[in-house]
Amino acid sequence: MRKGIFAMKSILNGLAALGLGLAAVTAANAAEYPIKKPVEQDWSFAGPFGTYDKGQLQRGFKVYREVCAACHSMNLVAFRNLEDLGYSEAQVRAIAAEYEVEDGPDDSGDMFMRAAKPSDRFPAPFANPQQAAASNNGAVPPDFSLIAKARAVERGFPTFVFDIFTQYAEAGPDYIHALLTGYEEDSHGHEVPEGTYYNPYFISSASLAMAPPLSEGMVTYDDGAPETVDQYARDVAAFLMWAAEPHLEARKSTGFVVMVFLLLFGGLMYLTKRKIWADVH
Amino acid sequence: MSAGHSTYTPKSGLGRWMDARLPLPRLVYDSFVAYPVPRNLNYAYTFGGILTLMLVAQIVTGIVLAMHYAANTEVAFNSVEKIMRDVNSGWLIRYLHSNGASMFFIAVYVHIFRGLYYGSYKAPRELLWILGCIIYLLMMATAFMGYVLPWGQMSFWGATVITGFFTAIPVVGDWIQQLLLGGFAVDNPTLNRFFSLHYLLPFMIAGVVVLHVWALHVTGQTNPTGIEVKQKTDTVAFTPYATVKDAFAMVVFLALFAYFVFYIPNFLGHPDNYIEADALKTPAHIVPEWYFLPFYAILRAITFNIGPIDSKLGGVLAMFGAIAVLFVVPWLDTSKVRSAVYRPWYKLFFWLFVINAIFLGWLGSRPAEGVYVAMAQGATLYYFAFFIVIMPVLGLVETPRRLPNSITEAVLEKKSAGVPATEQAKG
Repeated sequence: MRKGIFAMKSILNGLAALGLGLAAVTAANAAEYPIKKPVEQDWSFAGPFGTYDKGQLQRGFKVYREVCAACHSMNLVAFRNLEDLGYSEAQVRAIAAEYEVEDGPDDSGDMFMRAAKPSDRFPAPFANPQQAAASNNGAVPPDFSLIAKARAVERGFPTFVFDIFTQYAEAGPDYIHALLTGYEEDSHGHEVPEGTYYNPYFISSASLAMAPPLSEGMVTYDDGAPETVDQYARDVAAFLMWAAEPHLEARKSTGFVVMVFLLLFGGLMYLTKRKIWADVH
Repeated sequence: MSAGHSTYTPKSGLGRWMDARLPLPRLVYDSFVAYPVPRNLNYAYTFGGILTLMLVAQIVTGIVLAMHYAANTEVAFNSVEKIMRDVNSGWLIRYLHSNGASMFFIAVYVHIFRGLYYGSYKAPRELLWILGCIIYLLMMATAFMGYVLPWGQMSFWGATVITGFFTAIPVVGDWIQQLLLGGFAVDNPTLNRFFSLHYLLPFMIAGVVVLHVWALHVTGQTNPTGIEVKQKTDTVAFTPYATVKDAFAMVVFLALFAYFVFYIPNFLGHPDNYIEADALKTPAHIVPEWYFLPFYAILRAITFNIGPIDSKLGGVLAMFGAIAVLFVVPWLDTSKVRSAVYRPWYKLFFWLFVINAIFLGWLGSRPAEGVYVAMAQGATLYYFAFFIVIMPVLGLVETPRRLPNSITEAVLEKKSAGVPATEQAKG
């Protein structure tokens, strides 16, 4: 898709300009943003025993499909994956059936539309990046499958060292929450180009092409959770973390078993070592 | 492999039959059971075994990943995601492999620093050291090409920048770069050949490891005193003594490895690599993997022209020189005493070198601007001065401490003095 002569030329141009200096020049620009660092939130999936809150994932999914999905694709997630959110097989089938996907060719060679099945992936809102850009003021809305792992504001020294011990791995959802709740009317003197919106939490500039997407009460929750922008942002960030890392729970629970085993085994090895070496020292 | 007299006596009929035809059991027995190791080795000496374990782990996980991965720019990124999402335990295998690369480098850096501290490169172990440098170089090539395979933004742009280095070489530079890329820019031919080489190089590493271990078993291991083995009481048998100690160290190292894999698997990676490669979008900040950062800092520290050498070529030469200088370390160190334990000044400069290397790593992650450039230049200067000035000069002017007469004496002195194990063999 991205190949061809056009891409080739631009790479060549890029390469010529790149040398070794350009990386440094662009890096200088990067250092200024975001203007504000995301505030760390409490997440159910943080820490060594973290698990997804299924109710929250379902709410987040609702926000995604009713708001975000209008512009943002989620190409890597299939309807069958929604069973992770606590939906039954029948519910997943019903959710999938609400979507239409292209299939074919049929016996006469034509493509046709049909209701989606659990094995299908979420259909994208735009046919191609060009169409997406044309409908969104020139900016392609990024795919959401991995967004929670593809965005992380640099933590800086010495915080990144502490992060090893606190197991901080929620930079993505923290960023998403901060961005969605961080729009401000007053741009504090920052230049805001036409058709963009000031947001001090945006990772690569002072403003972005996406208008504030959430407003109070726009998505109806049926579990009594508050229908606020903050809650929507929190829920959709958790949902996107699940979309990016669907096996997080399995990873952490396996990890516990592995760590317990290694510590016990290590302890036994140490005692064996001491016994064997006792006559040498 | 051992040069000494073989003490293997086959016990069974089959053993004798085998021994007369292909004495493989004898080789294993002599190399890994009866092989004498100095009795005073500390835990810094367990990293050779850990590295062997990591090499095997990387090859095993890598082979499984290759069963599911597709080296084509159209599908590579999604094939990795398919492994992460749909392949049974695919997330585990992939995280083991990507974090395993980092653990491999942590272990190799400890191993190299241990060699520098105890003077393990000194005669008669120069070839052993050089073979190690070759392994390190092969590891870097393997890791770099492996990082390109997921075809994320950092994969693509890292490959673009690093292959761009070669254009700095006069006359043949462009040709070398095009050969590496299989074209004029990073694209499908690049990905294909990198995958092919990424699969090949680990087996070449394994081959050089065999030579490395062979050379080790000819000269025997060094030890914290730096004194050669003189008598039987200086050594213990490899099995069970070294085997059980290495095994314990491996389990501890695996616990560290597991901690990263299961709790912070993306800590050592870059978030941009979860965005598919896009030739039209340059990331804000192109950085290599953490284990290359010190060399990246050295590359970018050369911001000035030196005579006919422009800053770009100068940077590339400095970067390659930083690795090349390791090869001649056995001849740069003029000291008659091997171990830093008896060299108070060398010990000081060594630890400064370690701190400086970590500092260079941090600078490599910073933008090359303002005060960072000056700091990187200072740190680069010390990096080279350590090898080219301090090592040769210090060996001539430093007065070493009194050495014990033998390893056994060092161990016994330590015991009677009640000095803690880490301070052992101080004499």
